[in-house]
Amino acid sequence: MRPLRLTVNGDTLETAAPAHWTLLEVLRYRLGLTGSKQGCDKGDCGACTVLVDGRPQLACLTLAALAEGHAITTIEGLMPLHVAAGGDGPDPVQGAFDRCGALQCGFCQPGMMLSARALLNRNPCPTRGEIREALSGNLCRCTGYTQIFEAVELAVAESLGVAPAPRAWEEQRMKPAEAQEQARRAAAALAAARERNDGGPGARS
Amino acid sequence: MERYIGRDLARPDGPAKVEGRAVYVADLDVPGAWVGGVVRSTVARGLLLGLDFDPGFDWRTVAVATAADVPGENVVALIADDQPLLVAREIEHWGEPLALVAAPDELQLARALAAVRPRIEARAACFDLERSPRVFKSIRVAQGDAGAVFRDVPPGARVVEGTYRTDSQEQLYVETQGFVAFPPASDGSVTVRGSLQCPHYVQKALARALGIAPEEARVVQLATGGGFGGKEDYPSVLACHAALLARVARRPVRLILGRHEDLAVTPKRHPARVRVRAAFAADGTGLALEADVLFDGGAYTTLSPVVLSRGVLHASGPYRWPAAEIRGSVVATNHVPYGAFRGFGAPQTCLAIERLMDRAARELGIHPFELRLRNALRPGDTTVTGQRLEHSVGSLEVLEAIARRTGFDRHAWGAPHAESGPRRRGLGFSFFFHGAGFTGSGEELLRGRVSLALLPDGRVEVLAGSTEIGQGTQALFTAIAAEALGADAADVVLATPDTARVPDSGPTVASRTCMVVGGVLAAAAAELRQRVGDGAASWRERARAFLAGGGDGAVTRAYAPPPGARWDEHSYRGDAYPVYGWAADVAEVFVDEDTGEVDVARLWTAVDVGRALQPRLVTGQIEGGALQAVGWAHREVVSARDGRCEQDRLATCIVPTTLDAPRFDVTLVEVPYPGGPFGAKGVGELPMDGGAPAVLSAIEDATGIHPAQVPATPERILDLLVARAEEAHA
Ligand code: FES
Ligand code: FES
Repeated sequence: MRPLRLTVNGDTLETAAPAHWTLLEVLRYRLGLTGSKQGCDKGDCGACTVLVDGRPQLACLTLAALAEGHAITTIEGLMPLHVAAGGDGPDPVQGAFDRCGALQCGFCQPGMMLSARALLNRNPCPTRGEIREALSGNLCRCTGYTQIFEAVELAVAESLGVAPAPRAWEEQRMKPAEAQEQARRAAAALAAARERNDGGPGARS
Repeated sequence: MERYIGRDLARPDGPAKVEGRAVYVADLDVPGAWVGGVVRSTVARGLLLGLDFDPGFDWRTVAVATAADVPGENVVALIADDQPLLVAREIEHWGEPLALVAAPDELQLARALAAVRPRIEARAACFDLERSPRVFKSIRVAQGDAGAVFRDVPPGARVVEGTYRTDSQEQLYVETQGFVAFPPASDGSVTVRGSLQCPHYVQKALARALGIAPEEARVVQLATGGGFGGKEDYPSVLACHAALLARVARRPVRLILGRHEDLAVTPKRHPARVRVRAAFAADGTGLALEADVLFDGGAYTTLSPVVLSRGVLHASGPYRWPAAEIRGSVVATNHVPYGAFRGFGAPQTCLAIERLMDRAARELGIHPFELRLRNALRPGDTTVTGQRLEHSVGSLEVLEAIARRTGFDRHAWGAPHAESGPRRRGLGFSFFFHGAGFTGSGEELLRGRVSLALLPDGRVEVLAGSTEIGQGTQALFTAIAAEALGADAADVVLATPDTARVPDSGPTVASRTCMVVGGVLAAAAAELRQRVGDGAASWRERARAFLAGGGDGAVTRAYAPPPGARWDEHSYRGDAYPVYGWAADVAEVFVDEDTGEVDVARLWTAVDVGRALQPRLVTGQIEGGALQAVGWAHREVVSARDGRCEQDRLATCIVPTTLDAPRFDVTLVEVPYPGGPFGAKGVGELPMDGGAPAVLSAIEDATGIHPAQVPATPERILDLLVARAEEAHA
């Protein structure tokens, strides 16, 4: 057993664990902070991502002993830290993930949200490409990622006080009456399209 | 005016999940629990002659269970009961469980597992589905006389054929499978908690293995980190193993698979080979279809007969075939048993029919979009099982929507490219349908139940065995119940799926939770609303007054099949599914002809969901399912060598990351289904069917080659490009 003194979510905590234990093991099985997930234990999935001095790091690849003296933030700390910084309720990233459908099974979320928080801390207004890059170490099998990108963008929009862009599927959703009407027009429209079959540009954006 | 239908409700499971408070099985703090592990076979086929226990190890420090310790029947009860919980003598696949060990900690467990030495005599194994000696199940669907059309092809008609193969695929739920089991209580009852889709399947398996009554086996679902079918059948194995260990160890046991072990031993998608040929009139009208479907079932039956059934029933594609003959078999090999995965047999046959339609379009000189449009099933048409389509047939609507969004109907698909350089752009198309709910009389036999209970404070508790696995069951059930009761969402509480409390609503599979169980829930809620009565007061006030007046606030409803539905299991004729979801995809790819690398840049999809009860949730289902389909199309390789999965971790078992995901463009089409709650129909699996054929179609558009196997890896694409170049040279 090795005694450990860790700074987690602003608190200094003392515990002890076998010397080979990772930060993930100590967080989960010594400190009871089970919000950080284990999806692979090999550094492949990102579910165990925590912030170490504000930077995302894989807790399953970090020896607990080497985390001493650094400020560690886990998912459990996001809301308290936001409140301590004068915020109200959950971190904007958490609120946005909840509202945008960015979470389904929720297992990738803690790591995903900490990666997103780290991104917004260093780049308050990232592009879609920067968001994709920053979250590329966090696997999600449920969402197809789009609603995760939208959640990060919503958190950005809210922090800048601007209205978020509408989500693509909202614009394109057909109303039932409209769908029926379109069904009637379908045959005619398609016949006309075939007339024009001029090898046109194909997909338009 | 509907308050909750068509509007996004906050997810009841949302706050706990974003704050890291949701409890998954590995998060459960169970004082005194030991950890469990499995001794596995290292050959794909053989005889277990015995288990030697290293005398140098102190066996009093651990608990061990073998086949002889199974108190009930040594089977994983599912369909055929052919799979043992622990090998007694015959080994049928790599990684098959031989013995179980529980130890106080991981280190001691690892030592004990290494100290068990199985004595195995290896036997010759079969890994080739075309050489299998044993058939688990065969099915034939026939309509008209397809043979006659092919024997005597009408003048001007054309026959097009192809053979298409699909490899396996890993579900890759990010949370691995796991259970915590508790030792038997003094009355003999047993409790397990875990990550699962179908609590009552697990309950049935536990009862058989432990030799107890089903009511004596209590199964509780914890927060579950994804399933996609992967947690439909295998949890029964794991729960029985954990319960057996808890019994011999006389203490709680955690049995949670590491990623490596999960990849190696849990069931994946059935590999398939589908031969298909079709006859078309010169104008593209389909005359006859023949398909020969062959699935590799792996070593045991698991759910294979039902997977085959869905595969065969979707082999026609969403098209009219006056004559059709579809034969299917699922056969035994010594691969790790294959099992349920979103789509459940349909993605394999959908790939074949859609690739064939592209090939036919090319050979007939008809635009692939037009060929689909000409043959699309429409309201009033009849499917190959003789089912007349009456309700919620959104086929033309989705075709129209996808054409409007993409202009694919005007894209010169397959025309030679003017571009120079190795990077080629292509667009591809697919049109598909998916039967929602169980096949044939499945729902009628199952009669899934939902109960409602009025609580003293006037709130309504929903008791259902359907599980939240991320897809949004909790939000959907809350919205459906609140709407049907005329109550507030806050008046609805959901019981945890716990077999001690909730009725059997049927498994959380087959795109049935919203449509079938949600429909039963809506009916139960309507009944309760009628009992309580409408009025000016709030729901809770009225409900409390109803209870105070001696009213009975408990309602249970069971599924009632739509009137007139008929299905003959022997001839495979009749109404194969209550209703179908319809969809069309267009994929945009870039293919590097030097490397064979494919980049799927965009995916448009138009999906007829009946009614989008929760638009954000259904969009999430569509995007998530479509990304799994795109991954399978060209990236997700799952292979076995000597029966052993070669992908041992997430670095080798590749699934799409944020950088790989295409830009999605989802159009929700709503052609309401009168048999579903508020017009909704099942949609969970549909998005898995069309992505792969659309991507392969786009690769063909970009390069001129005709990929016939999924995944279309760079190696396979390069092979086809080389063959094309050699052909051009010759
Ligand atoms: S658990 Fe750390 S990366 Fe997967
Ligand atoms: S929400 Fe399930 S893995 Fe991301």
